[in-house]
Amino acid sequence: MTDLLRIEELHVDFATDTGAVPAVRGVNLSVAPGEVLALVGESGSGKTVTARSVLGLLPDTATVRGRVLLGAGTSEPGEDVLTAPAARLRALRGTHAAMVFQEPSTALNPVFTIGWQLTEGLRAHGRGGSKAERRALAVDWLDKVGIPDPATRVDHYPHQLSGGQKQRAVIAMALALDTRLIVADEPTTALDVTVQAEILELLHRCRTDFGTAVLLITHNMGVVADLADRVAVMRAGQVVEQAPVRDLFAAPAHPYTRKLLAAVPHFGTGGRAGPQTADVQAQHVVRASGLVVDYPGRLGRKGFRAVDGVSFEIRPGEVLGLVGESGSGKTTIGRAIAGLTAVTGGQLELFGEPLTRNSRKPRTAGRIGYVFQDPATSFNPLLTIAESIAEPLVVHRRELGAQEIRAQAESLLEAVRLPRAYADRYPHELSGGQRQRAGLARALALRPRLLIADEPTSALDVSVQAKVLDLFGELQRELGFAALFVSHDLAVVEQVADRVVVLHRGRIAEEGPTSQVLGSPQDDYTRRLVAALPVPDPVRQARRQQHPVEEGVAGS
Amino acid sequence: MSTLTQETPGAVGTPADRAAGLGFARYLVVRFLLIIPTVLILVSLVFLLMRLTGDPISAAFGDRLTPDQLQAKLHQAGYDRPLLTQYLDYLRSLATGDFGRTVTDNQPVTHVLGTYGAATVELACYALLVALVIGVPLGMVAASYRDRAPDAVLRLFAILTYATPVFFVGLLLKLVFAIRLGWLPASGRASTGVQLFLQDQTSTTGVYLIDALRSGDGTAITDVLRHAVLPGLALGLLVAGVLLRLVRTNLIGTLSAEYVEAARSRGVAPLRLVTRHATRPALIPVVTVLGLQVAGLLGGAVLTETTFEWRGLGYELAHYLTVRDFPAVQGIVALFAVVVAVTNFLVDVVAALIDPRVRY
Amino acid sequence: MALVLARRLPLRLRTGAGVQRAMLLTGLVLTGLFVLTALLGPLLAPHGYAQLRDGGGLFGSQQHPSGAHPLGTTISGYDVLSRTVWGARTALLIIVVALLLSVVPGTVLGLVSGYLGGKLDRLLVGLADALYAFPPLLLAILMSLVISGGRSSLVGGLGAAACSVAVSFIPQYFRVVRAEVIRVKGEPFVDAARVIGTGPWRIMTRHVLRNSVRTLPLIFTINASEAILTLAGLGFLGFGIEPNSAAEWGYDLNRAVADVTAGIWWTAIPPGLGIVLTVLGTTLLGEGLTDLADPRLRRRTGAPTLPTDGGGDDD
Repeated sequence: MTDLLRIEELHVDFATDTGAVPAVRGVNLSVAPGEVLALVGESGSGKTVTARSVLGLLPDTATVRGRVLLGAGTSEPGEDVLTAPAARLRALRGTHAAMVFQEPSTALNPVFTIGWQLTEGLRAHGRGGSKAERRALAVDWLDKVGIPDPATRVDHYPHQLSGGQKQRAVIAMALALDTRLIVADEPTTALDVTVQAEILELLHRCRTDFGTAVLLITHNMGVVADLADRVAVMRAGQVVEQAPVRDLFAAPAHPYTRKLLAAVPHFGTGGRAGPQTADVQAQHVVRASGLVVDYPGRLGRKGFRAVDGVSFEIRPGEVLGLVGESGSGKTTIGRAIAGLTAVTGGQLELFGEPLTRNSRKPRTAGRIGYVFQDPATSFNPLLTIAESIAEPLVVHRRELGAQEIRAQAESLLEAVRLPRAYADRYPHELSGGQRQRAGLARALALRPRLLIADEPTSALDVSVQAKVLDLFGELQRELGFAALFVSHDLAVVEQVADRVVVLHRGRIAEEGPTSQVLGSPQDDYTRRLVAALPVPDPVRQARRQQHPVEEGVAGS
Repeated sequence: MSTLTQETPGAVGTPADRAAGLGFARYLVVRFLLIIPTVLILVSLVFLLMRLTGDPISAAFGDRLTPDQLQAKLHQAGYDRPLLTQYLDYLRSLATGDFGRTVTDNQPVTHVLGTYGAATVELACYALLVALVIGVPLGMVAASYRDRAPDAVLRLFAILTYATPVFFVGLLLKLVFAIRLGWLPASGRASTGVQLFLQDQTSTTGVYLIDALRSGDGTAITDVLRHAVLPGLALGLLVAGVLLRLVRTNLIGTLSAEYVEAARSRGVAPLRLVTRHATRPALIPVVTVLGLQVAGLLGGAVLTETTFEWRGLGYELAHYLTVRDFPAVQGIVALFAVVVAVTNFLVDVVAALIDPRVRY
Repeated sequence: MALVLARRLPLRLRTGAGVQRAMLLTGLVLTGLFVLTALLGPLLAPHGYAQLRDGGGLFGSQQHPSGAHPLGTTISGYDVLSRTVWGARTALLIIVVALLLSVVPGTVLGLVSGYLGGKLDRLLVGLADALYAFPPLLLAILMSLVISGGRSSLVGGLGAAACSVAVSFIPQYFRVVRAEVIRVKGEPFVDAARVIGTGPWRIMTRHVLRNSVRTLPLIFTINASEAILTLAGLGFLGFGIEPNSAAEWGYDLNRAVADVTAGIWWTAIPPGLGIVLTVLGTTLLGEGLTDLADPRLRRRTGAPTLPTDGGGDDD
C-alpha cells in the first residue's frame, strides 16, 4: 500500500494590502490509506491553509509553491492538485479527497434539502444513475452515518436538523463519493462535548467500516488522543514534529510540543490546590433560590425559558464553576447576577440584599466585576486600554481626579502582568491573551467582592489559556474575591473551581465540591458529560472508550 | 427617485429573520395586520401636510372669488369645521372608499383613480419586466466576473442608470429614437385613432395592451407596443440598475459562503455553483429590498409619465399639483401609499416563501 | 471612521485593485470638479443665471450654439452655459443644507430610539418605516407645498427645496443609525459598561454613538446624490426654484421638454449632463468608500488565517 496524499515542500503566501504574508512555509506530510493523521497547532499556525490546499480551495490571493499529490492508494499518488487543469481538479474533488467543515450549519445551504445537497455531489461526478436512484443512495448514506428516519430526513432542510445531525450529513456527503480521504477541519469544535463524542465515534467508524483515511485538523489534544494514529504539530507555518500518537504524548521531542502539551489542562488529574478560604458561616455573596429567567418571544412568538428554577449560593472567597452545554442557561445566570438580563422569577440575593428589578443598579454597580468571553469585542475599539480600564473609576470614583485614576489604571495593568507601555494602545493592537488580561484588570478596578467570568478562555489558544488561568488563580488568592466561573470545559473548571454546579437545559443536574462532582458523578447527565470528554492522553482515552463509566471518573 | 441607501448594511432585517420560528400562517396574519398602521400613518401624514398649506378651496379659487363667496364655498364643503372633525370625517369616508371630489373639475376622485390607475399599472409592469430581464442576469454576470472587466463595465452601467434622472433618460431616448431616427412615437400611450378604437371596445380593462390583445387587432397591438417601448425602457432602466447592484452584492456574499465552498469541494462546476447553489439564497434579500423599490418606482412613474405624456396617475398628479387641486392630490397620494404598503406585504410573503426556514 | 478612512485612503489609492482605484479616482475628480464649479461659478459663467441681455441687447430665444453663446440660449432667452454652471452652485447649496438639516435629527433620534427601545422606539420605527416606504419625491413635493406653496424667492425657494429633501432623508439616517445602535448595544463592550454601572447617557455618548456612525460618510455621498436627484425631480415637475432666483437643472430640463420634441438638443443636454456627472461623481466616491469600509466586499484584504485572535501572548 502506498500513500493517498503526499504534500511536498508546500509554501503558501497571501497577498495583503501590506505585502505578502507567509502562511505555510515548507510543509511535508503524507497520509496512508486508512490512517488518521492529526494536524495540530494553535491559531495562525497554517494548519487550515494546509488542509484547504489538499482540495485546491485556497482563495485567489494565495500564491502556492510545492506539490500536493493525491492518489487512489493503489499506486504512488501522482496527480498534483496545484497544477491540475480545472476540469481534472473538479474530478478529483470529492472523489479522491473530501472536506468536512468546522461549522456544519454554514457548510450546508439553508435553502436546499439535505438530500438535494447530497445528490449534487453524485450528479457533479455523473454517479448514481437516475434521479430516483441517486435519491435512494442519499437515503442509504444518511442511514449509514446514523441519521434516524433517513427516508424522511432526506427531504428536510438543514435548519430542521440538530447540530450533530448536520455534521453527520456533511460526513455522509463526503462518504457518498467513495472518497478514500476525508479532510476534516476542526470537525467537532463547534459542537457540544456529548455531540462531539458521537461525531468522533462516527469518524472512527469511517475508518473501520469504510476504510477511509482522515486528515484531522484540530487544536484539541483530547480529540487527537481519541482519534489519531499519527500527529503532526504545526507552528508558524512549519511542521515542527511528526510522531505516532502514543510516542508524541509520551515523549514529545520538540520544545514547542512539550510546551503545548504542558499547557493542556488534564482532566481528572486533581483540582485546585490549597485549602478553601470560604467561611461557611459568613454571609453569602450570591444566593439564588428558584431563579427563573425567560427570554420573551418577539412578535407573538413563544418565549424561551433559559433558566428554570435554579438555586445555588456563592460564599465569600469561593470560586463556583458553572458548567453545561450550549443552551443550558449558564451564561444567562451570570448575566442575571450582573443585572444585564432581567430576572423573571425566584429570588436573587446579592451581598445579602434582595435584587429586585428596580434596585439592581445603585446597589450592585461597582461591586461586581465581569470578564467577557470574547476579548476582541469586550473593549470599545475607540478607547485606549488605559481609558477602558479607567472607566469604572471615572464612573464611580471621579473624586480621585484624572491623575490618580490614570495611576491606578497603570498599576492595574501591572497587576495583570501587562507592561505600562500598553496603556495607550488600542484594543486591536493587543493579542487575544493580552486583551483578556486587560479585561481582568478592568473587572478588578473597583476591587469587587464578586467576579463573574463568562467563558473567559474559550476564545484563546491553549497555551494562552493556561497563562490566563494561572493569572486568574493568583489574583483570586491574592485579592480573595468570590467568583462565578462559567465554562463549557470541564477540564478548565476542574482546575479553577472550588465547587461546581452542572446545568442541563436550565435546571441543575448536580452540585457539589469539584472533586466530588467531576470525580464521581452521581447524576446521569453529569456522567455522560464526563464520559464524553476526551482526555489528552491516548492510552487513557483508549481505556475510557472500552470502559466508559469507570474510566470516565478521575483517573489515578 | 430610487434609493441606494437600502443596500447599506444593517438597515433592513429580512422578513425571513422575523418570520423564522413564528410559523408561516401566523407570520402572514401578523404581517398583514401591519399594513393597517402603515397606511394610517401615511394617509394621516398626507392629510396633515395638505391642510398645513391651507384649504383646497382657497388654494384653487382664492384669487378669483370674493371673500364672501369663498366663505360660502368653504362652509358648504365643511372646511370651516375643526381640523380634528375634518380628519375623522376624512378617515371615515376613506374607509368606505370615498376619496372625495376634485375641486377644479368636480368629479369623484375615485373616478380619476379608476380611469388613470390602469395606465400607471401598465407602465409599472413594462418597467419591472425591463428591470428583471436586464438586472438579474447582468447582476449574476457581474458577480461571477467580480473585479474583472465585465464587472467593472456593468457596475458603471448600474451607477449610470442611477445617476441619470429618469426624465433625462426619457428626453434622450425621445431625442434619439423618436425625433432623430423617427423609429418610435415620442409620447402618449397610443395613436389617437387606436386610442379611440380601444375605448370603444366593450368591457375595457384600461390596460391598453390587454384591450388591444382582446380586440385581436394587429395594428392596435403594434401601436400600443411601439408606444410602450421608450417609457418602459426609461423607467425600467432606473430599477434595472438597482436590481443589478443588489443581485451582484448578494450573490458575491453567497458565493463566498461556506456552503458554496463545500459544494465546490465536492466537485460541483463553477457555473452550477452560481446558478443553483448561490442564487436562491441570494434572492431572499434581493426580493425584500426590491419591494422597497416600489416607492421609488412610483416616484419615477410620476416623472416618466410627465416626460412621455403618458396619461396615468403620475401625469394626473403632476397636473392636479400645478392647479392646486388638493383633494385630487390627496386621493392619488393616498392610493400610492396603499399600493406601497400592500406590495411590501406581498414581497415579504414571497421572500418568506423562498426561504424554507420560514415555511417549516 | 473618518480617521480610519483618512489613514486608509492613500494606501488604497496606491495599492488598491485597478477597478476600485479607477472608480474612486473618477469619483474624487468628478466631485472635485463639481465643487470647484460651484464655488467658482461666478467667475466661470459668462453671464448671470437670470441675465437676458448684455451690451448687445437681448440674447434671443432658442439661439443655436455660437461664439456668443457656446451652448445656445433657452426658450426664455437665458444663456444655457451660464445657467448650467450656476446650477452647480444651487446643487451644492441644497446638498449641504439638506444634509445638515437631516443628519442631526436623524442621528439623535436613531441613537435615543435604538438605545432606549420601548414604546417610543416602536412609535418612531413605525413612523420611519411608513415614511421610508413613501416615494421620497412625493414627500418632497408635499413639503415644498407646505413650506412655500410651491414657488418662491431665492432663500424661500432654496430653503423649501432643502427642507423637502431633508425630510425624506431623516427616516433614512434614523433607520441606519438605529440599526447600528442596536448592533453596537449588543456588543460585549456595552455590556461591560453596564456592569460597571455607567449611566445610559454616558454609555450612549461615549460608547455607542461613535461606534454607530461608521457608515454615515457612505450615506452622505449616497444622500448627496439623492438630494440632487430629488431637487431635479422637484424642478422638473415645476416645484423648484424660480429661474430668476437661482439656476436649477431640473427646472431647465422641464423647460426643455418641448424643445426636444422640436429637435432642439442644446437646452436639454447640458443641464442633464450636469446632473448625471455630479451624481456619478458622488456615487462613485460612495462606492469607493464602501469598498474601503466593507471587508466583505473587498478582495485583497488580509489572508484568512492572519494570526490575530488567540495567537500569541507575547510577554
